[in-house]
Amino acid sequence: MTLNWFKRKTPDYPDFFMAYLNCFKNKPITEIQETRFVAFDTETTGFRIKDDRVLSIGAVSIIGKTINVNDSLELYLQQDVFRPETVEIHGLLKNDSIDKIQEFEAIKLFLDYIKDSVLIAHHANFDKNMINEMLIRHGLKPLKNKFIDTGVLYKKALHIIYQNNSKPYTLDFLCSELNVPTVDRHTATGDALITALVFLKILSRLDKRKHLNWGYLLNK
Amino acid sequence: MKNSIADRVNDFLTKYPPFNLLNNDSLLKISTQVSIIYMEKGDTLFKRGDNFHEHFYIVRNGAVNLFHAINDDIEEIINISDAGDIFGVRPLIAKERYKLTATANEESIVYAIPINIFRSVTENNAKVSKFLITAFATNSYDPYTAEATNKIFVDYLPTNTQDIANFQTAKYTKNPVTCDINSSLKKAALLMSKHKIGCIIVVNEQKHPVGIITNSDIKNKIATGKFPIETQVTNIMSSPVFTAKKNLTVADGQLQMIKHNIGHLCITKDGTENSRLLGVLTHHDVLVSLGNNPAVILKEIKRAKRTKKLRAARLKANNLIKSYLEQNIPLSHIVKLISQINDAVTIRAIEIALKKMDGKPPVPFAWIALGSQGRKEQLLFTDQDNAIIYQNVEPELDKETQDYFLKLGKYVTKSLNKIGFEYCEADMMANNPEWCKSLSDWKNQFNDWILNPDEKAILLSSIFFDFNFIYGDKSLTDALTDSIYNTLDEGLIFFKFLGRDALKNPSPLGFFKQFLVEKNGEQKDLFNIKSRALMPFIDAARLLILRYKVKGINNTAERFEKLAEIEPSNKELYESCSYAFKALSKFKTKQGIAHNNSGKYIELQTLTKEEQLKLRRCFKPLNDIQEALKIKFDLKNFV
Repeated sequence: MTLNWFKRKTPDYPDFFMAYLNCFKNKPITEIQETRFVAFDTETTGFRIKDDRVLSIGAVSIIGKTINVNDSLELYLQQDVFRPETVEIHGLLKNDSIDKIQEFEAIKLFLDYIKDSVLIAHHANFDKNMINEMLIRHGLKPLKNKFIDTGVLYKKALHIIYQNNSKPYTLDFLCSELNVPTVDRHTATGDALITALVFLKILSRLDKRKHLNWGYLLNK
Repeated sequence: MKNSIADRVNDFLTKYPPFNLLNNDSLLKISTQVSIIYMEKGDTLFKRGDNFHEHFYIVRNGAVNLFHAINDDIEEIINISDAGDIFGVRPLIAKERYKLTATANEESIVYAIPINIFRSVTENNAKVSKFLITAFATNSYDPYTAEATNKIFVDYLPTNTQDIANFQTAKYTKNPVTCDINSSLKKAALLMSKHKIGCIIVVNEQKHPVGIITNSDIKNKIATGKFPIETQVTNIMSSPVFTAKKNLTVADGQLQMIKHNIGHLCITKDGTENSRLLGVLTHHDVLVSLGNNPAVILKEIKRAKRTKKLRAARLKANNLIKSYLEQNIPLSHIVKLISQINDAVTIRAIEIALKKMDGKPPVPFAWIALGSQGRKEQLLFTDQDNAIIYQNVEPELDKETQDYFLKLGKYVTKSLNKIGFEYCEADMMANNPEWCKSLSDWKNQFNDWILNPDEKAILLSSIFFDFNFIYGDKSLTDALTDSIYNTLDEGLIFFKFLGRDALKNPSPLGFFKQFLVEKNGEQKDLFNIKSRALMPFIDAARLLILRYKVKGINNTAERFEKLAEIEPSNKELYESCSYAFKALSKFKTKQGIAHNNSGKYIELQTLTKEEQLKLRRCFKPLNDIQEALKIKFDLKNFV
């Protein structure tokens, strides 16, 4: 019998979470063109990571230069926290007629959807933290996926002489610069699709200047 | 489950045929299964001969070109599909390989409609199948024009001038110069030389054509000593000749020439070689009829009412360059023509944009081209670099005035992009507030660059100091030029900076006379002809021409020629620079056409030994001019 001093006892995670963790085993990064990217966005009750809650998650997947409409995710969550002052941004009411699900159920569906895809979000840290906080609340571990922030990526793709301009790289600003139509802005799925298009357009700019490699994308 | 994206796809599809013929439930079934494809300019969705896809397509944004490839080199645009147009419908009708190639004309978003789902919801829908069959049969279905004439289902009509030209009767040369079968070759050659022609037809007693003698026959058979100069023409001529009837169409004529690999067709009375010769159709005649001549293209540009027409005209110009390069027409001539065409396109785009604006320009303005267009060195489609100068206004009116011109700039750059000029990566365009300013702001900007040079200023100067007037009030650009040359007197340090910049790329040959190639990235082992060979020449010419205060010459080759005049002691050096620059540009253009890109990177292995040698020869003058700059501007310690 061998004693493994360093192996920590793994807590008993639910099956779906084990399945999620298993996605990351022995998976080398493949060609960018063949990689599944998931662009996602969350609508929340506010900006406080600990106190605020996720109201909806929208996500679309990208493989190559194609977004498949039937491989998209749109979740609405039942939450007790409610802040009327943010309703005007996301338009989600406490007792809407939309079918809503419990947070735990949402986690399950979200993780099953994203698997080990590279995640893309605008100002990704916020969405990442909100999701991670949600996972921890339910006794799970934070996301293991690789992240790309479209705001950061865009700035990097700019010509060097314009980078110094201390512009705020908001999603709206990127849309107008890259000529992406802003329909369904401030719904999670709408913003996810917009983020996906923004990502593809930045990617094509990078490609032209031959910067398209994982090191550059993932900021290594 | 709710799917907002499918809803949006639905909103779009429901506006266009055949989807507008479906009920809402059916359409939603399709919308949830659509794929959204992003296409970068030049991306190909399917190629002629590719196996059929499980989808057909509708353009969401942008435009997709459908090409008919005659062979690997010749492509003919059948149609340009804009937003709402469907394409790639062949698999819906027949499980066959694609007959056309679909390539993005500009950055585009395309929806892929799964055929099995579409079929399952459109079964027994007669209207839909009728629409599809018509769309398929025309290959060039355009819902907008058809709708305008109230005929949704139109029969096939040629839609562009190219088609019409193709079906025109060819204009051949009548009463060609001939000689008798008993003539000597010398006599035939004298006739050719007298009439300044490249070929002569040999006819028999009944005036039936029996053979043809071209310049190359004389070169290959006489000059090589195979036959004496007094030999009979029948020994030299190519025989039999290829013949055709007189009402031959341009397209047929061209096909015959391609098929038999010949440059001349004899037109005879009954179309066979056993009847009287009426004329000769040459390859040149075909090219002219196809509208591939600059006068026709320029006229087309001046009359264009929409950007789409300008785009078609500019694409024709690209074919023109191709044929000119093949015919070895001097590059300086080609460059002049193309810059004339590019300028005309820009002027027309501005005129069209001005019509779209509410109201006339508040003050006079000038539209200027920068960079390669400013230097008149654009051959292929390249990035657009442009700016606006407007007359000074009262400070309180400046914002309002600038807004007007920014809007104008936006319209023009957008349509130029549609025509094929990429947006400038560095955003040096007239729709950027930094490059759309009043005359006095521009003066201050240039003064700042000259008097306080830094890395950024030098980077920008290489683009801005080659500005060229395109449209509007020329006195504005003249005033700016005068101001710049006055400031240059005080800005001696500026010349040193420019000089350093011109020397930053040393001779492209390494120690062992090897080409210096790119060391990393995807361009590894490719030779960057633009930054390593062309830019150093451009920079050197600009620096010297500014130093000598020569106004109005922007073209690099012409600048060197002017310098040879100013500085007779270095005449030889400058002339060799001018020659080398032209040769290198031609290299780049040929590479660009061969690979359908900007031609910036050259794969050395694909060059023949002779071409490599030629390329290498161009670097000698580059080395010499850089040495000369070092001495002239005392850069030894500054570099």
